[in-house]
Amino acid sequence: MSFLRSSDAIILVILAVAMVLIGLVNPAFWQMSNLFSLLKSNVVIGIMALGVLLVMISGGIDVSFTAFAVAGMYLVVKVMVALDYNGVILPFMSATLIGGLLGLMNAGIIHRFSMIPLIVTLGTASVVRGLVLGLVGTSNVNINKMPTALIEFGKTDLLVLERANGSTYGLTAMVAVYLGLALLLHLVLKHTMIGRSVYAYGADPEAAKRVGFSTGRTMIFVYVTAGALAGFSGLLHSSMIWLANPRDFVGLELDVIAAVVLGGASIFGGRGTVLGTVLGVFILVMIQNSLILMGIDTTWQRVVVGAMLIAAVTVTALRDRRALV
Amino acid sequence: MPSAPLIELRNVSKRFGGVRALDDVSLTLDTARIHCLAGENGSGKSTLIKIVSGVYQPDEGEILIDGKPVGKLDPATSIAHGVQVIYQDFSLFPTLSVVENLALNSFLREGRQRIDWRRARKMAREVLARLDVKLDLDATVETLPAAGRQIVAIARAMLADARLIIMDEPTTTLTGREVERLFRIVRDLQDQGIATLFVSHKMREMLEISEHLTVFRNGKKVTEGPIADFDERAITRAMTGRDLHQGKFTAPDTTGKTPRLELRNVSVGDKAQNIDLTLMPGEIVGLSGLIGAGRKAIAQAIFGLRQDMTGEMRLDGQPIAPSSVPEAIAAGLAYVPEDRLSEGLFLTRSIRDNSIVSSLERFAPRLWLNSEKAAAQTRKMFEEMAISAPGIDAPVGTLSGGNAQRVMIGRWLMTHARVLILNGPTVGVDVGSKEQIHGIIQDLTRKNDLAVLMISDDMPELAANCNRVLCMREGRITGELSGATLTEEALDAALSNETQGEPA
Repeated sequence: MSFLRSSDAIILVILAVAMVLIGLVNPAFWQMSNLFSLLKSNVVIGIMALGVLLVMISGGIDVSFTAFAVAGMYLVVKVMVALDYNGVILPFMSATLIGGLLGLMNAGIIHRFSMIPLIVTLGTASVVRGLVLGLVGTSNVNINKMPTALIEFGKTDLLVLERANGSTYGLTAMVAVYLGLALLLHLVLKHTMIGRSVYAYGADPEAAKRVGFSTGRTMIFVYVTAGALAGFSGLLHSSMIWLANPRDFVGLELDVIAAVVLGGASIFGGRGTVLGTVLGVFILVMIQNSLILMGIDTTWQRVVVGAMLIAAVTVTALRDRRALV
Repeated sequence: MPSAPLIELRNVSKRFGGVRALDDVSLTLDTARIHCLAGENGSGKSTLIKIVSGVYQPDEGEILIDGKPVGKLDPATSIAHGVQVIYQDFSLFPTLSVVENLALNSFLREGRQRIDWRRARKMAREVLARLDVKLDLDATVETLPAAGRQIVAIARAMLADARLIIMDEPTTTLTGREVERLFRIVRDLQDQGIATLFVSHKMREMLEISEHLTVFRNGKKVTEGPIADFDERAITRAMTGRDLHQGKFTAPDTTGKTPRLELRNVSVGDKAQNIDLTLMPGEIVGLSGLIGAGRKAIAQAIFGLRQDMTGEMRLDGQPIAPSSVPEAIAAGLAYVPEDRLSEGLFLTRSIRDNSIVSSLERFAPRLWLNSEKAAAQTRKMFEEMAISAPGIDAPVGTLSGGNAQRVMIGRWLMTHARVLILNGPTVGVDVGSKEQIHGIIQDLTRKNDLAVLMISDDMPELAANCNRVLCMREGRITGELSGATLTEEALDAALSNETQGEPA
């Protein structure tokens, strides 16, 4: 079966080995409450990673998604507070829309002027973050001001279990939202022409044009979807931590990109799967989580994330080079 | 009344600025005929391809398809009429599977939104069966050899209901046996009613496969007719406008001299085993063999590019073991790689910069560069190599293949190299330019007492330029041809004895 030879299978093995090792060092890892909290930590970074995966398959790199997440989250929460609006669906649609529009800006600049995505998204990220702080505000919206509907939504559990001492812990329903989005993206990537056009464009943009793909449409699909996922994940994040911080997500780009690369996507484009990315996110979050459980200082986590990114990039680059010979 | 030709161009002209790329050209392409289009670079071949495929619109003249004039031919219309172009780079998606590369095109034309993988597999299997070849459908295209990728490209063209497949220099990356298979496929296509337009500058292939030949020079059609009316001489004369003479190269008497380069029992990783090789000063020794026979590994090992070499190597009797390129250069070794664009030249830099780069320490003994000396020596090399360019400040990227290769070879003359290793010295170079480069290599070898190791897949090239040719197979030297036994036919025979069965 081709799955056994795929990168996904290798990542799954790495994940299993890492789980066994972490479990040996720290048996607390296997406690259900820890696993639940682990899954919860996957949600926001995972949804962002889906967008980054899409951009990476198309052969680009996106570093603007954290800024778009902040824009979607902070703008929507601020407006909700100002209007005293309490709801869930409309705010999430708005945050998604804001992210999507900002993504459209990325797509437009990158496609129209054939510019390098890394530079464009660095620029748009800085502009958007600056505009949010300059025009919308700089202060946190704390739990006392946060719309209660959002908080309630963030608290939804799929499953609630009871500890020996009587206190309860649950598996957040946001995991289902995340996995639902992942499944949807998987189906789009695997079974639709627009999805395959992303792979084709990432494999060889010139060939994609010659075959007759509308590459402008592909770029719009990629960056609008990535932006929309970012906007959505931003608001989801704030409803899960009951806080909207306009300076949030700084430095998270690296974690998300590391997770996607860890999941087997190629920085050269044309290669990458949703399953791999979901597993990559899980590995990254699990390792960060274990470092915390082992009481290792958070500053050292940056070292670990950076090292993991470099290791993953090296391994995938070696794989891609071998395939090219 | 005979049926109308598939495509007919009538008095077509195309100008770019002041340059007439095509000048009053008429051409008829018949259904199911194998037609060959020959000409040097810049003769208008590519412009013609682009006009037939609808990429360019002619300034004058008209295009008829199936006897009916088509007003404006754009790419979509051209494809709808069954014209498919296979470019040299194949335009495939390297990271995608064979199935997907085959199916995407058709699904796109059908305007589908969803992918039916089962149908895609069925289509792929059927078209490969029509071509009578086997390929792993799930393999990504990047893992296939060039021949395999070409088959995917041909199969994709067939799926697009091609009636005319235009192949641009299809054999440049193929070995002898793969070329044979390509020809078999082209003849099969013909039986299925598909015409092929070969664009090539390789004589032997034109003579072997095509039925009809058209020769272009400087944007004009020079001659055309059934292939039986032509021989190699006539085609060359038509392409270049002059007669080329290809004399055989003979080495000077070397008895009693010390070998310039000697390899004794050299092995390079698992690529080459127990190689014994002697290059005398003034000799040009060829190295023939299929891709993967280990020729490149030997060249790289001599030049210090590989760390996995064992055995003994001597230069002018002195043992050497270069472990890096600077060491190899200092010892007097030089290597012209096969892919000069990606492995050899700095395309955006000038001829001067490209020429002095391997001998910088002579031009910049301290920190600064002695520009006058560098320019003077570059000019001298420029004359010697007969490079045609506006001057030594022209960026190498603007030069033709032949001139770029001259810069590449000239660079090594400036290092005072004593051993020159050439890998594919005239790949992608015009016939006329090719002969001049051969002349230069032979002159330099005689004059400077160079020892040249020439790796090439081009049998006429080896036969005309080498005094000896070593044949390699699977990492070993299996034979040697020299003197009267060194003929194209003998080289071909040595190569085709090597493998049985079809290449993958």
